[in-house]
Amino acid sequence: MSRRFTAKVVTANRLREGDVVYLTADDQWTQHHHEAELIEDEAHAQMRLLHASAQKLLIVGAYLADAKAGPNGPEPVHFREAFRTRGPSNYDHGKQADLRA
Amino acid sequence: MYSYSDFDESFVRARVAQFTDQVERRLDGSLTEEEFRPLRLMNGLYLQLHAYMLRVAIPYGTISPHQMRQLAMIADTYDKGYGHFTTRQNIQFNWPKLPDVPAILSALADVEMHAIQTSGNCVRNVTADHFAGAAADEIEDPRPYAELLRQWSTDHPEFQFLPRKFKIAITGAPNDRAVTRAHDIGLRMVKNAVGDSGFEVMVGGGLGRTPMIAHTVRDFLPAADLLPYVEAVLSVYNTLGRRDNKYKARIKITVHETGKEEISRMIEDRFAELRPLFGGADQALLDDIRAAFAPPAFRNASVEAYDAFYKADPVFRAWADTNLAAHRNDQYAIVTISVKAHGQTPGDASSDQMRVMADLAERYGHNDLRISHEQNVILPHVHKSDLPAIHATLAQVGLATANVGLISDIIACPGMDYCALATARSIPIATQIADRFKALDLEHEIGPLKIKISGCINACGHHHVGHIGILGLDRAGVENYQITLGGDGSETAAIGDKTGPGFAYDEIVPAVERIVRAYLSVRDTQEETFLQTFRRLGMDPFKAALYETEGAQDAA
Repeated sequence: MSRRFTAKVVTANRLREGDVVYLTADDQWTQHHHEAELIEDEAHAQMRLLHASAQKLLIVGAYLADAKAGPNGPEPVHFREAFRTRGPSNYDHGKQADLRA
Repeated sequence: MYSYSDFDESFVRARVAQFTDQVERRLDGSLTEEEFRPLRLMNGLYLQLHAYMLRVAIPYGTISPHQMRQLAMIADTYDKGYGHFTTRQNIQFNWPKLPDVPAILSALADVEMHAIQTSGNCVRNVTADHFAGAAADEIEDPRPYAELLRQWSTDHPEFQFLPRKFKIAITGAPNDRAVTRAHDIGLRMVKNAVGDSGFEVMVGGGLGRTPMIAHTVRDFLPAADLLPYVEAVLSVYNTLGRRDNKYKARIKITVHETGKEEISRMIEDRFAELRPLFGGADQALLDDIRAAFAPPAFRNASVEAYDAFYKADPVFRAWADTNLAAHRNDQYAIVTISVKAHGQTPGDASSDQMRVMADLAERYGHNDLRISHEQNVILPHVHKSDLPAIHATLAQVGLATANVGLISDIIACPGMDYCALATARSIPIATQIADRFKALDLEHEIGPLKIKISGCINACGHHHVGHIGILGLDRAGVENYQITLGGDGSETAAIGDKTGPGFAYDEIVPAVERIVRAYLSVRDTQEETFLQTFRRLGMDPFKAALYETEGAQDAA
């Protein structure tokens, strides 16, 4: 009996800037979590992670993060991933500021 | 202060050139991340949660105004206009971009600074008493020895791949302000019966997952034996230290598993082999270094203006009462600039604040600045007559908070707001505690109380030695905060005791308030500090205050 697979997104940091990014279904890297591809199959998740990890000139440290479907697209499950969608809580820095600009 | 020799200069420049090339090769794909990662870490560059982070060494916490201004320039040019002073007397930039890092390192080299050995399994920045060379209680300025250790350990071929990182702290005073007992090696200057200077050598202290107070392996080490003895300790550790398990690799575990007697014997045996190999070159070097740490030419002038101002201005008086420490010259004072304004991130200074501190050090402070492990900035040599002007200037840039040593003078690691290793946030806990006690207007009534917060078990926030320690954990996908009480980082060092079950993010500030209110209600006199009360009464009154309400609810 295998445990039911928790849906995933592929996430990483951009090599040059360090920004948190997510892999979309059409092989782009987006800063928006809700634009990520929500992966609901374990084998497909591994394939997508391999695809991501090969992009050594674009990103660093790709991994699969738990996610769930939401009204606007995938949402993070864990608070660490929620923080990664925004930036730090002590200043208006990082994506929460950059994406609004 | 110490100025780079030609050797230092060319070494640092060569390293910048080497790393510049490595960054280029990473960006063009010649190096993989697996190949690049250890290279960037050797140069202090981490990849954190939202961005890269560059950790710059401030050797033994001593920095010149010129260097401070360069940090401000780097913050403005390559980062977001601020820097974060750390519990290891370093500074971290939280937002550098990889292609800019070579230029940052080059700008650092221009002012004799670098990020070498601020990461990796090597001897890290040697930390020291931030009042070194100024404190009234000091036997001798420990920084010449710290600088000797820095030169000896930098790029030392035998100690670049230790089982784990290695931290040395040194103090020249009996009152330990450098947390020496929580370091891999702690050095405390002492005098022997005939009045010679030497060191009490403590080995195997450390915080993190397995907190330990260091053991004294030598009560008195003659100062001239420092390098061969430290090399003997490193050598024994390098041989015995466990490389099979990262969590058991620090020397504290080696000491614990080997036993104090046996490891002391091994160190002494190795020392006997090494001592004859040191032919005196180290002592000649030390003499040169000493000259660089000669005390400033102290001014002899009246302090009447200070006394009058102290009597007349209550705001200044409150600041003077908390933020000044006794200088060995009684016309002088040591100023601790609080980088802990209520509600602000502990240890973060804006570039404007850095420039103001640099200006003050130049104008009034004999060109000397220090970074404390408690994440504040020190003006070590200030003539008392200049204090009112300094206070007025600091007040204009939000640096005149009168809270040093009080409940809002909190150590907090970056936590999950920045750090990839963190399991919970620490900064917002610190700012909320500070704000809460400011609103209650209780902090001066409470008196000396050190709160230290870490956002993970690695304990960069020194929570184990906080009078109140807070450790942020991830409990089943929710931030949870464990409290320890009775920790102490001073010469009476102790690891705090856990109170019991942890508290949720929105419960932790009220929990701290219950502890503090319990202290206020059970202390003997107003003079009995929190730590003294805890030592007299133990955990019970605090446990009751923390958990009784919950117990009552459970029983209902």
